[in-house]
Amino acid sequence: MMHADTSSRLQQQIRACRDPIQIMSHIVLGYPSLEENRLVMDQMVAAGVHVIELQIPFSEPIADGPVIAYANQESLRRGFRVEEGLNFIAESVRRYPIPILIMTYVNILMARGVESFIQQSATMGVRGLIVPDLPLEEAGSAMEWCRLHGKGGLDWIHLFTPTSGMDRLEALGRHASGMVYCVARRGVTGQRTDFDPALMDFLNRCRAATTVPLALGFGVRSHTDVQQLIGKVELAVVGTAAIEVHLSQGVEAVGRFFSGLKQAV
Amino acid sequence: MKKGYFGTFGGAYIPEILHETFRRLTQAYEDARQDPQFWREYLEVMENYSGRPTPLTFAENLTRHFGRKIYIKREDLNQTGAHKANNVMGQGLLVRRMGKKRVIAETGAGQHGVATATMAARMGFECVIYMGAKDVERQRPNVFWMQQLGATVVPVNSGSCTLKDAINEAMRDWVGSMDETHYVLGTACGAHPFPEMVSWFQSIIGIEARKQILDQAGCLPYRVYACVGGGSNAMGIFQGFINDSQVELIGVEAGGEGIASGKHASRLASGAGQMGVAHGYKTLFLQDGDGQMRETHSVAAGLDYVGVSPILAHLHATGRVRFASADNREVVDALKKLMRYEGLIGALESMHGVARAFAEMPSMPEDSVVIINLSGRGDKDIFTIADALDDPGWREFILQKARQYQNR
Ligand SMILES: Cc1ncc(COP(=O)(O)O)c(C=O)c1O
Repeated sequence: MMHADTSSRLQQQIRACRDPIQIMSHIVLGYPSLEENRLVMDQMVAAGVHVIELQIPFSEPIADGPVIAYANQESLRRGFRVEEGLNFIAESVRRYPIPILIMTYVNILMARGVESFIQQSATMGVRGLIVPDLPLEEAGSAMEWCRLHGKGGLDWIHLFTPTSGMDRLEALGRHASGMVYCVARRGVTGQRTDFDPALMDFLNRCRAATTVPLALGFGVRSHTDVQQLIGKVELAVVGTAAIEVHLSQGVEAVGRFFSGLKQAV
Repeated sequence: MKKGYFGTFGGAYIPEILHETFRRLTQAYEDARQDPQFWREYLEVMENYSGRPTPLTFAENLTRHFGRKIYIKREDLNQTGAHKANNVMGQGLLVRRMGKKRVIAETGAGQHGVATATMAARMGFECVIYMGAKDVERQRPNVFWMQQLGATVVPVNSGSCTLKDAINEAMRDWVGSMDETHYVLGTACGAHPFPEMVSWFQSIIGIEARKQILDQAGCLPYRVYACVGGGSNAMGIFQGFINDSQVELIGVEAGGEGIASGKHASRLASGAGQMGVAHGYKTLFLQDGDGQMRETHSVAAGLDYVGVSPILAHLHATGRVRFASADNREVVDALKKLMRYEGLIGALESMHGVARAFAEMPSMPEDSVVIINLSGRGDKDIFTIADALDDPGWREFILQKARQYQNR
């Protein structure tokens, strides 16, 4: 049996950081363009973001809210290809000192062969894979291939959700490695989240279910949100809010936005 | 075999947030299947509300014309004019059992949306229907009826603005609303238990048809034809004959502008479908090398879909069901023939099965008994059919109507 994996590079990197809470940001590749993605990543890293997840667009993004779903669609309409996305990811891993994760849907992996996708990710130095439509029951081989090809360098990242009972959280927790992505509420990305006692109670249950670091995503938008999560989770995930800032105020504003969030840290 | 799998197809590729919802749905479905009272209640509702059993009509004139004995299973006579009623009433009864108060659904042609809206009106559920913006435009009359029936119709502007995008949007609703909401999936696709559950409700077609053909023809049919969008009407009638190995089963997909044109929705017959996962299940999808879903084409909005029932994909792989396609032109020609010979106005979807059966008549021994499933009636397609037939009188009528509205 695999235990919560202390040899995980991702986990080591998260644990090594002394900040009271870390920021994980999200980018949809090819939206508005890979060139602009690069500029935004430069801003994020300069502002001190700790982890970045790069989303490979898919035509059927069922788990994403309107803003990110639209970004997926627009990227594809502008001609995004997975091959150039992977090249961009490889380059990002080389360019930045922080962990890079891939988020996408399982069909993108299947089209290239799940094992070869995982092998390639491991070779590139990607630290984790987040694939929301491959549930635990279907993820056995994928987890195995991450261990086999990643040798601690590539984690299969599980999701905890507030609809999961303690049994389910524990089942997921037993397979967790690197970190667990906690979904703050029902619904899709981009809607408002109440940082209320129910959420804190959920996070306590998450903590009890695994020993690996926790990231909380869905609806984290502001400095105050991040501050409220200190001591509850290791990472706060900011996705939609940053895309909105980028679109309405441009690339530099993304840097200012994340510097602002870091004040909480 | 793993639960929810048919060969290598099927499964439940759902976001973690829906894990518990699917667990409970599967439980409710399995309990209902164990409970003879549930099926009795279902039959009562279908008899009393939807006019079942639907007739198996002997097509006298076509039989004379083709020299083969042609029988037509009349799913067009259901409440709201299609086999969709079988599925929605079944799921409605299940929703009652689960104690939920709100239903959502995707719709392409609008048939499943209208069927869901009638079910919701009848059973007292709140109802929201997601429909691709393009389909809202193409199928305005159905939008009108859904609204009159009390449903909220949400036009979906993402992706290709068609059925697959409506499915995604319904899923987005459901991941937030699952506590009080049931998603009434319209066909034998999606995550387990939907393919199996929808097929179960639709099996009423085949159960009736087998008995009827034995009564009327005194023998089993040589072949059974059905159109295949997601695959629910085909699964419905095929199940009645699946164990009769001498009966050939033919699923007919949308050939659109012709397989060679690339503008079609034929996943199996064309050989173009590739194994993939989307919308919660694994099957053969029309997709590109990156795994992005392609656009599909058909005159029949209800067949215009990238995936196909995992159960049918499996029956295709095992060879138990043969797949073929009919293109737009063949479909319109077959419709003209069916109307003139038998006085039946078939839905454009259903006409795919009819068209292919007509085309294959010469390959069957004389006097062979053939069943064609007429999954729905075509009067809902009046705008599309009038366009396809290029009918001048209809055109004049629409122009005049438009002038009337403009002058108001
Ligand atoms: C009349 C009719 N037949 C067939 C279909 C295709 O669906 P399925 O393959 O699930 O029967 C539709 C879908 O809207 C329809 O309206």
